[in-house]
Amino acid sequence: MNTNAIREQFPILHQEINGHPLVYLDSAASSQKPRSVIDAVKRYYELDNANVHRGVHTLGSRATDAYEGAREKVAKLLNAGAPEQIIFTRGTTTALNLVASSYARSECGEGDEIVITPMEHHSNLIPWQQAAKATGATLKYIPLQPDGSIAIEDVEKTITPRTKVVSVTFVSNVLGVINPIKDIAQIAHRNGAVMVVDGAQSTPHMKVDLQDLDVDFYAFSGHKMCGPTGIGALFGKKALLNKMEPIEYGGEMIDFVDLYESTWKEIPYRFEGGTPIIAGAVGLGAAIDFLNEIGFDEIDQHERRLAAYAYEKLSSLDGISIYGPKQNRVGLVTFNLEDVHPHDVATVLDSKGVAIRAGHHCCQPLMRWLNVSATARASFYLYNTEEDIDRLADALLQTKEFFGHAIG
Amino acid sequence: MQLDDLYRRVIMDHYKNPRNRGTMNEESVTINLNNPTCGDRISLQLQVADGKVTDAKFSGEGCSISMSSASMMTEAVKGRSFDEALSMADRFSSLMKGEAVEFEELEDIEALSGVNKFPARIKCATLAWNALRKGIEHQHE
Repeated sequence: MNTNAIREQFPILHQEINGHPLVYLDSAASSQKPRSVIDAVKRYYELDNANVHRGVHTLGSRATDAYEGAREKVAKLLNAGAPEQIIFTRGTTTALNLVASSYARSECGEGDEIVITPMEHHSNLIPWQQAAKATGATLKYIPLQPDGSIAIEDVEKTITPRTKVVSVTFVSNVLGVINPIKDIAQIAHRNGAVMVVDGAQSTPHMKVDLQDLDVDFYAFSGHKMCGPTGIGALFGKKALLNKMEPIEYGGEMIDFVDLYESTWKEIPYRFEGGTPIIAGAVGLGAAIDFLNEIGFDEIDQHERRLAAYAYEKLSSLDGISIYGPKQNRVGLVTFNLEDVHPHDVATVLDSKGVAIRAGHHCCQPLMRWLNVSATARASFYLYNTEEDIDRLADALLQTKEFFGHAIG
Repeated sequence: MQLDDLYRRVIMDHYKNPRNRGTMNEESVTINLNNPTCGDRISLQLQVADGKVTDAKFSGEGCSISMSSASMMTEAVKGRSFDEALSMADRFSSLMKGEAVEFEELEDIEALSGVNKFPARIKCATLAWNALRKGIEHQHE
């Protein structure tokens, strides 16, 4: 993989921040966009823009083709089978809320169980808290191992025949751990539960095969995988989607409307009320083309190499704690420097042009599990280099010096 | 952007040697505030009598800016009337907007003026003051 050639395609990377060349290490929060994605959105607005699924005119047909073409690209990317199993949403959060609000609230009742883990992002935690409260179901947590990974024995113990929904993130946005989704899905199915997967941190970085994983719902966001903000998707198995009620009503999703009764369109349209995020879908389609051209195996290898390099490099710093397992992790490193709060770390790093994330990463329960109030996180993507990690390590050394001196 | 503008010596001194850090046993007003975007949290305890803050203590977790600001705030409000304390809170908001304001009560506070140039950190500095405002407004109710 030619990282320099890839970097050339990301206009935003070529700028100085506070007098230093930008080192962007916050792709787990939101990735940067290549020229081809920016151009695809621009081209759509300049040449093809119209509303979808209604115009008889030429632009309406072009917009519809572009939007539905993007749906096919998503289905193919995830090996999801029939494209109507892909619902476009605003992102992972909206997608998971759709499953929790529609499927869980109609399928769960008193005495039933919803099973998640303490490492979930708030968007895969609060929807289930609320669904449990609304239905009388019990929310249960699969405990974590000391290094933050999930042991299959614990999955076996937590999921029971009373479990209706199991929802687990494929990759933790804090620990970087890759969870055994396929095995968890088998256990869920054996107990008659559906398997929901938060794919926000997996889809951008690795080949995902939904038919092989055999999960029932899978959610992801476009903006973390070189696509625009405001677009993501929910995959749902056709048989499940067909029995689910919409949660948003309005244009685009109806079949027949009378004064007192209405009926819904077929899937996926019944879940896409209102004018959809057409330009976003077009941009996501372009992002998928871009990533496919480079190849997910290449991207995955590149990031694992960077993660291993970063783990080694950062481990050698005095007074650093790194969270999550050493093995089986994606391209991010979450850490704390002794005696320096992560906000202060992030501010000093920013003054050196290095952008990282600091805070609770929308994972307050996981922060409590780690027994910290906040952490710093550097996350890598296909455009990052070993030099970026060297700059990170240098800046961290300077941070220690600065604070050692300032506090000392 | 100069780091020294943000991390002035007096700020680091309050961070390293926080004033009024701890909890009170006596009957006091307790305000717990979080900064939901970053996980900072403060528990502010006020002892009040006759429309005055007679004592103030804080505990919690946060960065150098939020903890030093809490240290300074508690030092400054002790013995002040509610109106004087609220006036300081108002002036602190102005300070965070980059306006030139003075704190005769405790000049240390003026060292936080540099935070204005670091927009992401303003909410760290204001956390303790928001807790104070909440505590006093609670008294007025």
